[in-house]
Amino acid sequence: MVQNIIEVRNLSKSFDISSKEPGLKGTIKHFFRRQTKSLKVIKNISFKIKEGEIIGFLGANGAGKTTILKMLCGLIYPSEGSILVSGSLPFKRKKSFLKNITLIMGQKQQLIWDLPPIESFFLNASIYDLDKFEAKKRIKKLSEMLEIDEELFIPVRKLSLGQRMKSELLAALIHEPNILFLDEPTLGLDINAQRNLRKFLQKYNRETNATICLTSHYMKDITSLCKRVICVHEGSISYDGKLDLLLKKLSPVKEILIVCRSEEDAIKLGNSGFTVKNKIKNEVTIKIENNYFTSSLKTILNNFDIEDLFINEPPIDEVIGKVLIKKDYDI
Amino acid sequence: MNLRKYLKVYKKFFHTSLASELEYKTNILVDLITAILSLIGSIFLLSIFFQNNGYIGGWKFEQALIIQGIYTILNGITNTWFNPNLTEIVKHIREGTLDFVLLKPIDSQFFISLKKINPSGFLEIMLGFFLLLFCIKINQINLSLSFLTLSLITISCSICILYSLWFFISTTTIWFVKTWNAIEVLRSFLYIGRFPLNSFSFSLRVFFSVFIPIAFITTIPSEVFLGLSQLWKILLEVIVASVFLITSRKFWLYALKFYSSASS
Repeated sequence: MVQNIIEVRNLSKSFDISSKEPGLKGTIKHFFRRQTKSLKVIKNISFKIKEGEIIGFLGANGAGKTTILKMLCGLIYPSEGSILVSGSLPFKRKKSFLKNITLIMGQKQQLIWDLPPIESFFLNASIYDLDKFEAKKRIKKLSEMLEIDEELFIPVRKLSLGQRMKSELLAALIHEPNILFLDEPTLGLDINAQRNLRKFLQKYNRETNATICLTSHYMKDITSLCKRVICVHEGSISYDGKLDLLLKKLSPVKEILIVCRSEEDAIKLGNSGFTVKNKIKNEVTIKIENNYFTSSLKTILNNFDIEDLFINEPPIDEVIGKVLIKKDYDI
Repeated sequence: MNLRKYLKVYKKFFHTSLASELEYKTNILVDLITAILSLIGSIFLLSIFFQNNGYIGGWKFEQALIIQGIYTILNGITNTWFNPNLTEIVKHIREGTLDFVLLKPIDSQFFISLKKINPSGFLEIMLGFFLLLFCIKINQINLSLSFLTLSLITISCSICILYSLWFFISTTTIWFVKTWNAIEVLRSFLYIGRFPLNSFSFSLRVFFSVFIPIAFITTIPSEVFLGLSQLWKILLEVIVASVFLITSRKFWLYALKFYSSASS
């Protein structure tokens, strides 16, 4: 049986936030008497993650995804509740725990700006107690997986964002961690760089059985990497479960545009009991529930003379967008 | 703490930081020229003070030069290690990159205090050292084993006090986020360390001994050079340095509990 590697129980986090009124008067008031209030950004959340799982944390900006990730890796002390990651209390930041995890943030970098990435890799290797031989072996292996070669010897400041992100990944994975925390790793990357990064993460997960916790605003990252998602809404979990179940729930119907060979066939199809959305000459648009999609499609293909058909699914971003503004999803 | 590992990591810090700095040759050259001009300017200023009267606070010009030598060494150490690293803490905290430091299996204080170096500070250290050698000659100081040991102890203590003061102020960034001004105030107070403590009024002497221990940073090591320091003063310097070092360490560990990281 696969073991839970992360266990979170009744976790809450509050921050003291200061607020300021607009204008000069507000600025002076803010300078002399700063008004702070305690804001609960994470509200009593619980979940478990199994070893080797890839989990996507979904939520609008400020929902609390990054705070959860930072509490899981031990950067922020929780206000209430408990977290157990790989059998350790993260906020104690024991060396054995730190050697097991890594954090990659799309908008922050740890590579030395003026030097080629290879220098940062060897620095990290010495921090993680790796000898030169082992470090070289791991750099070679990871650079092959990430498909970077010459870039290792070019100063970081001269690299493209995509090349830099790949180098960041290599620097963060040189100690072969079991748990990866990725906070918007594809932020700002072009489509090809995003795809390459996703391919790498899939391969890394397959080869090492590493657990990956990921936040991203690019739905393609979530749909191609994560089977399970945790949706966070204003600090609470609004959904925790399989991604395809969530998509089915949010988008229960598919639309099909069917081009029949003749107008007669189109009329016949329109009267055959399917919900017709639209009909123009020999083109019929019908709606089919996801649960009956395959069987309905089979019936149409067997009984009507079809020239072409197009399946229209609502864009995933649009579907997931609904999650970000809704408080609860019972699946 | 695994000393061998830390030495190995420091070697890497030193090498990568030096390589980074050497990328900008002109910057290094300007820094080197500034260091030389700054020392010449300080000695010139000191000589003006001694022009009318041969003594200030009971110190001759040749003796006061020892304080200048020690100050130059300490300023060199500040510019080589403290300034590039401890001002970086502010950046780490404002931008949230302290996250990367805290998630490394290495002492975070060691990491943020020693990761960078500014090679031009080495010249100041060397200039200060040569100035001290010159002072030893003109003041006809005997180079005995006890003299060397006591000098080394008191200068090491000065470095510890100076480091702790810088580190203490930088750590408060965790709460106040921007503490650059406080560091500048500390720097300007440290300029006073170029002059003998006795040249100030009683109230200022108390202030610079108790609140900002400049007396311990330059005056006591200089007194050791001249054979004027009493044992209790040296012991007191060791105690003060230990207290400062331990307190700065504890303060850092305490402050980390309040670190909330920067938003993404």
